[in-house]
Amino acid sequence: MKNSALIFLSAFLVNNIVLMRFLGLCPFFGVSTAVETATGMGMAVIFVMTLASWITWIVYHGVLLPFNLVFLRTAVFILTIASLVQLVEMFLKKYYRTLYNAMGIYLPLITTNCAILGITFLNIDNKFNFMNATVFAIATGIGFMVVMITFAAIRERLDLAPINPSLKGYPISFIAAGLMALAFLGFSGLFGLS
Amino acid sequence: MNRWNLFTRGLVKENAVLVLMIGLCPALAVSGTVRDAFGMGLAATFVLLFSNVIISIMRKKIPNEVRIPVFILIISTFVTIIDYVMQAFQPDLYRALGVFVPLIVVNCMILGRAEAFASKNSIINSILDGLGVGLGFTLALTVMGAVREILGNGTFLGMAIFGEGFKKSPVIFMILPPGAFLVIGVLKALINKYVKKETQ
Repeated sequence: MKNSALIFLSAFLVNNIVLMRFLGLCPFFGVSTAVETATGMGMAVIFVMTLASWITWIVYHGVLLPFNLVFLRTAVFILTIASLVQLVEMFLKKYYRTLYNAMGIYLPLITTNCAILGITFLNIDNKFNFMNATVFAIATGIGFMVVMITFAAIRERLDLAPINPSLKGYPISFIAAGLMALAFLGFSGLFGLS
Repeated sequence: MNRWNLFTRGLVKENAVLVLMIGLCPALAVSGTVRDAFGMGLAATFVLLFSNVIISIMRKKIPNEVRIPVFILIISTFVTIIDYVMQAFQPDLYRALGVFVPLIVVNCMILGRAEAFASKNSIINSILDGLGVGLGFTLALTVMGAVREILGNGTFLGMAIFGEGFKKSPVIFMILPPGAFLVIGVLKALINKYVKKETQ
């Protein structure tokens, strides 16, 4: 239990997926223009990340390891995740319309997102058991959502601020993200985590 | 189009990282030192070049409806090859790059070139395009790696270039994650200021 709590804090704050690990930067810069879209995207990421962690963990430990097919990991994982997202999207569209309306349009966007695939690889590389892999995926997803919403709020203000023309758009967003990362660096060493 | 232009377009004019802003994750994550940045760039160039060649050879055979999964499978084959080759011959570099080696498979730059170029053009042109885009990616990563390593560690490829005083207190945060965001932000601002005006 203590172990799970540490994994949660590490994935959520100390090794934040966007600011410290640099995964999922495309949606971070692409979809974080308003707080609402950032929330929808964040929810979709938490959802898919957890499902993808479960299914790739089962595929890896149930199929790839026993049959000595570890070298197929990259290809199998990405195809599994792509088909999983397709299935989930169809399922939500048919049976859970409200949930689909809240995050449906973001689902195809995150199919080939490096955050999702990266987390499934990290689950394997860190030798997590099923429980820890779940905690890790949820915490990472929450970390993504929190940073995404904060950053969207900052960007909404940046739109109105008087900024030098050559810094407008991407450059100032990068610099703002850099300052956020600097703040998150303060979490390193929390409970001895690094 | 002139073949030389085909090569330089990906290298400079449509540089993946610094102009089009794609493939950002590896660009920011592994540009802490020149060695890591260069190694990552070459690995991505290898995958891009060979997937471009294979896709270009098979472009008339691949059914249109399933082309994206086929492209992904071809790309992941070469990613697996470079993954194992690096693990065997460059274990230090492999450890430094970590999860970003298998993640080359989801680099949108590579799938983007497959979809937009290699699936429609001849083999020679696809080779030139792959080399241009790949080396452009390597160039951008190496420039970022050089800035970050020189300022953050006072070295270039491990060789000290500043005096003892700098070595004691370098701008340490440049090699930490925040430095990556600041360096690419400033580089992009400089490009906006000096390069965009000439082309307009």
